[in-house]
Formats: sequence, C-alpha cells, structure tokens
Amino acid sequence: MPSIEVSDLRKNFGPVPAVDGVSFDVEEGEVFGFLGPNGAGKTTTINILCTLLRPTSGTAKVAGYDVQTQRNAVRQSIGLVFQDPSLDVQLTGLENLRFHAHVYNVPGSERNSRIEEVLRVVELWDRRNAVVKTYSGGMKRRLEIARGLIHHPRVLFLDEPTIGLDPQTRDHIWTHILQLQRAHEITLFMTTHYMEEAEHCRRIAVIDQGKIVALDTPDALKRMVGADIISLRTPDNEKAIVDIRQRYGLEAQSQDGRLRLEVPNGAEFIPRVVHELAVPVESVDLHRPTLDDVFLKLTGHAIRDQEADPLATARAMGRMWRGGGRR
Amino acid sequence: MATYAPTVNGQPERYAGLEANLRGIYIIWYRDVLRSSRDRARIIASLGQPLLFLIVFGAGLSASLGAGLTQQLGNVSYVRFLYPGIISMAVLFTSIFSAMSIVWDREFGFLRELLVAPVSRAAVVLGKALGGSTIAMFQGAILIILAPVIGIGLNPLLIVELLALMFLVAFAIASVGILIASRLQTMESFQMIINFLVMPMFFLSGAFFPLRQLPRWMAVVTRLDPVAYGVDPLRRLLLGSTLAPGIQIGGYHLGTLDDIGILAVFAVVMLLLAMRSFETTE
Repeated sequence: MPSIEVSDLRKNFGPVPAVDGVSFDVEEGEVFGFLGPNGAGKTTTINILCTLLRPTSGTAKVAGYDVQTQRNAVRQSIGLVFQDPSLDVQLTGLENLRFHAHVYNVPGSERNSRIEEVLRVVELWDRRNAVVKTYSGGMKRRLEIARGLIHHPRVLFLDEPTIGLDPQTRDHIWTHILQLQRAHEITLFMTTHYMEEAEHCRRIAVIDQGKIVALDTPDALKRMVGADIISLRTPDNEKAIVDIRQRYGLEAQSQDGRLRLEVPNGAEFIPRVVHELAVPVESVDLHRPTLDDVFLKLTGHAIRDQEADPLATARAMGRMWRGGGRR
Repeated sequence: MATYAPTVNGQPERYAGLEANLRGIYIIWYRDVLRSSRDRARIIASLGQPLLFLIVFGAGLSASLGAGLTQQLGNVSYVRFLYPGIISMAVLFTSIFSAMSIVWDREFGFLRELLVAPVSRAAVVLGKALGGSTIAMFQGAILIILAPVIGIGLNPLLIVELLALMFLVAFAIASVGILIASRLQTMESFQMIINFLVMPMFFLSGAFFPLRQLPRWMAVVTRLDPVAYGVDPLRRLLLGSTLAPGIQIGGYHLGTLDDIGILAVFAVVMLLLAMRSFETTE
C-alpha cells in the first residue's frame, strides 16, 4: 500500500488555482520530493496532505487515511517540519518536545526515552534546558525535525527544511534527516527549490504553476535533458544561433547573454564549435545536466526567475490576504 | 481559507478520543501557566496598573469629593469601595491578555503545532481558556493579600470563595478573548480591542461607581457587560450586601448565585462560538 496517494487534487484561492489537478503516489519508506519555484503549489499541497487545508476537489490519503474524513488519524500518523518555525521560543528545547509528546499521545512510560533519543541524534541533548530563543537557526530546525519524529510518524513532511540556512548547516541537517529516516523506516515527503536538496530524493515531482510537469528519479530527469550542457559567450549571439542551427542542427537558447545548448558529448563538441563557428567564441563552459537544467527544459524558465512571475506573485498575495494559507 | 462544516459528505468528522483530548487540554493549560510563571516582568506589570488605579483614583476622588462620596456609599471609604473593582480589573486584563496569546502563537508559528496535533479544536480552546483563567486567578489572588491593609478581614472560606469566583469571571472573559483571537490575524488589531472593548467593559462594570441611578442608556449597557456580573458578587463577598445590593433587572436584584449562573452561561456560549470559529477559520 502506498504511503501517500493523491488523485486529481485541486485547490483554488478565489479564482487562482494554487494546485491544479495533481496526482501521484509515494511508496512506503521512500524519500519523495516536490521541486518547484515559490508559488508553484508545493506548500499548499503539503497543507492539504497534513489536514490544514481542505482541497477544492480531488482526494488524498496519507498512511491509508483520508485527509478529509479521517483527519485525526492522519495527524497522528504524520510528522511535520514547516517552512516557518513553529516552536515556542520561550520554552526550553526539552519543554517543546514534552509538549509535543503529550499532544501526540506518546505513552507516559516512553516519553522521556524517546525525547532523549531524538535529542541525541540531532545533537541537542546538551542544550535541552536552554530556552529556544537562544538557539541558532540550524539548531531550531534540528529541534523541529526531532520533534516531528517523537510520536513515531509513518510519514514525515518537510516543507523547505533547510530554507535560509547556510550550506554547511544544510548538509549537517540532511545527515540527521537521513539517519532518522533510515532508523525509523519512515516515508519522507519534502518540498524544496534547492536543486542540491532534491538530489536526496529517490523520486522527484517537478511542479510548476500548480501542475506536475515531470515525475521520475533525479537521474532519469537529467537524462531527459541530454548528455551535456554547453554554454558559450560570443559577440553576436543571433548570428551564432543561426550558424549552430545550420551547421549542427542544434537549437541554442539565449539566456543571460550566453548561449546554451545540449549536446551528446560536450568534450568532443567544444573544440569543433570553437574552431568552426562563424562567430568568435569568447568563453565556453561545460557541465553535466543538473536539475536546474531539467526545470528549464520542462518549463521554459529557470527556477529562480519565478519570484518575479506575476501569477506566483498573485498567489503569494492571495496567501497574505487570507492571513497565511500556509497555516 | 476553506470554510467547512464539521461533517464531510454527510460523514461525521472522526474526533480524537476523550483521553487524548484531556491530555491535550492539560498540556495546553500547563504550557500557558509555565510561560506566565516565567514572565516575572509581566506579572509585575499587570499588578502595577490596578495598584496605580487604586491609589490614584482612591486617594484623588476621596480627597476631592470627600465626605459626600463616603456618605453616598453608606460611610464606606472610596478606596474600600474601589478595591473589589480593582481586583476585577486585574482579572479582566490578565485573562484577556492570556487569551490573546493565541494571536502571538499565530504570528510566531506555534499555533500550527497546535492545529495539526491530533486533538480537537475544542480541546485547544478549552486548554487555552483554563490556562488564562488560572493565570488571571493568581493575579487576582496577589491583590487579595492587600485586603487586611484596606481593613477587610480574610478567612480561609472567604479566600476559597474569592478564588472560585475570580476563576469563573476569568474563564468567562478568557472565552470572549479566545473568540476574538480566533479571528485576529495580527497583534496590531489588539490595541483596538483593548480600547474599544476591554476598557469599556471595565469602566461600565461597576468597578468605579455603583450601578445605581444611572442614565437609562448607560443602565442598559452595564447590564450587557459580563464583567459587571463579576464585580458585584466580588464586592458582596468582600464588603457585604449593602454596598452590592445586586444588579437590578426589572424589579429584581440578582443574587450571587444568579451572577454565577449568568457568568457560566455566558462562558459556555462564548466557548462554543470560539470552538466553532476555530473549526471554520483554520
């Protein structure tokens, strides 16, 4: 039985569809990711799956329970790490976890041992009696991850788990997440707009403007792009595009003043293009396809550009008007 | 945000078990009490204002209106008359502030931790109301210590009665606070609530002046003020029934039990509305 089953899920905020007919299954024990820009519908989907929002239409089951009719069973079966912190900063780390253990029905005899276990894994045991206000951003995140696991959930939702943290802290947190995920054999559902973070997933759903545009393993997604990406700088890109089309039958795209093209074997292609192209080549860059390239190929825009997208802005504003649809 | 009834497709919503909800109520209550006990500054601040009112108004009005005022009150000094009102003030403000901590929790994100927990919204509301009432009762209890200074003798039974009454008043007020907080998105609106709801509730409660021989419109408004049904029995307990003959409705003077009944019904109605409001907003 899949851990998460989603079928034709839709959610409209007023006339704007935030989630526009999304379907997917997540296997038990799988690490599954939603990759997409801000406003793509990732958080809205998580909020529906964790019973905080009602879908406009469609169905979703988490750990075998319907998110609309069996909400308490769903809540008992999931752990959550929200995009924005949700700790009581005036309580100590230990008190935050105790609170959680109580509301999630952890048996009294196991409360202390489970709290100690998770606190040791995220290396906060020594700071357990400090008020959370004094924790760094990374420590707060680790505490939230520990908290999300005390009640032994079947599914852990991570909404942008390392947003706003520096790369070193990000790595550190991922070590902990994966360690806990393996130890408890839980299903992990995460959203991210960091490409490197998406690499931790077994499968990724690329989501854009409320729709899933591709769903596969990171490697398979990258294979969709082609073997290698070459980026060129020339004094006359227009002329270069025409020449590349005529000479090699390849479609080069102009992006940020550079030309971008996909070729099967970049290392062999570079000397040829430098030698043969009618326009002088000022600089060349070769890289293996990343999920950034996948996103660009699938949607026609780069993932970071989305911030300025009017529809994404409208969605974000819609959330603000409603006082935070993230809740 | 979606509005929905507690039933889905005609199927009743599955609620968490009673035991889980009781544990939820307990820990939500415990958190509020723990937080407030740690917040020494707030405890002192919320004692300061009532004491300021007691001293300034007590001394000021006694001095300027002097004997006439005392005579009007049946040979009781104005400070003594004011004292139960000041206790009500501490209870009123503390319970409103505690209930409003829901808005803080919303701003700081903690509310989501509560709202995705497998406990019912009813448990969240009840835990909050009980937490606020407990804190407010303690705040009032600190002021009770002043009674002998004002010349009011205390005995164990009286103290128990006072605590119980303060708890009930606080519970009723906290319920209103939670109902409002369920609809407030930001703390900025909080000052509005204080100015246009809490202050009038305080001024019209009979804390400052007897609710007798008032202009007709004002008499009507005071009867609608829940705090009035707390000030009156509190004054009766502390100063006797000559100073607190009971709020008059029709030709009937309400007794302490009537006040308690009114407060209890009011609290239950407000709590039910607050629970409903939480079900539909989040």
